[in-house]
Amino acid sequence: MSVSRLLFIAGLSAAVAAAAGLAAGVSAAQDHTAATLKPASDFEQITDKTARAVALFEEAGKVIQHPRCVNCHPAGDKPLQGMGMHPHQPPVARGEADIGMPGMMCGTCHGPANVDVVAQAETIKSIPGNPAWHLAPIEMAWEGRSLGQICEQIKDPARNGGKTLDEIVEHMAHDDLVGWGWDPGAGRESVPGTQEVFGELMRRWAADGAACPKA
Amino acid sequence: MVSFTLNGTEKTFDGDPDTPLLWVIRDFEKLTGTKYGCGVAQCGACTVHLDGSPRRSCITPISMVEGSDVVTVEGISGAEADAVHKAWLALDVPQCGYCQSGQIMSAVALLQLTPKPSDEDIDGAMAGNICRCATYQRVRQAIKDAAGMMEG
Repeated sequence: MSVSRLLFIAGLSAAVAAAAGLAAGVSAAQDHTAATLKPASDFEQITDKTARAVALFEEAGKVIQHPRCVNCHPAGDKPLQGMGMHPHQPPVARGEADIGMPGMMCGTCHGPANVDVVAQAETIKSIPGNPAWHLAPIEMAWEGRSLGQICEQIKDPARNGGKTLDEIVEHMAHDDLVGWGWDPGAGRESVPGTQEVFGELMRRWAADGAACPKA
Repeated sequence: MVSFTLNGTEKTFDGDPDTPLLWVIRDFEKLTGTKYGCGVAQCGACTVHLDGSPRRSCITPISMVEGSDVVTVEGISGAEADAVHKAWLALDVPQCGYCQSGQIMSAVALLQLTPKPSDEDIDGAMAGNICRCATYQRVRQAIKDAAGMMEG
């Protein structure tokens, strides 16, 4: 698509799309606020180790498959936005290093912290930010995949950045950009639970053999 | 108190640290070339260079600018800026002109990073700068002309 067509469309629709998309995000968020994250200890009554690992990962999946996480693990070259997972506006692209295109990097808009906006509609409260803001590499795409597929992907060093299982657990439990999911800024629903509870689910899943859901 | 340079001159700001950089540039420093468009980083009219990279000043709290170099359309300089200036004039790129400060700041940044940009490079760098007069074809051609001037 040419820049003129792309931007003409953007020009016509940006304000409406941004407002409508964020409004949709807010209303969708209200449907998700009941989501909670059970602690790993709740799964101790499952005696079969493999079944327990699967149950632990399914619980962690409430975080992993939340739009707040999947939006930056897109299957294509453009991030998604909002609880409705609509295409990012402006229409940015991942670029060679997953930090945007030269001249229009993630950091052109996303700073080191969430920023509250002023004098805006109730549907637009903040611009998200983190020092490491970037897209997950394409081999780590989660969009459109089942939890079982994501689980196998997470364990595969060819598709997880060459990480061991321990390093994956550490990443999930302590990485600051992962942690952004629990602190996504005003007007944005956070992923369920806490990073500590999520990290413990992942740690116990790994300790129990890291079995994956079938679907 | 926040200290920074604006177009090479040292500045301080002792107001609310959440004040957007755009407010400081326009209301306190009276440099009105940088425009307020949407206020939520959707249109690109407020683009400045922060430590050499394009940045939407409307969603940049002044506290984030501590120790940084800010350059606006009034202060942009160098071979890329000169070429963009000439190319913009030659093609008479602006129509109403409101978005053009942002367009120029993004175009200069693109040429600094990619001296001979392809259409895809131009699409990628300029995708966040909206023009309601739809001057996109002239923006694209002017960027190519500026690249040609730098090469020649």
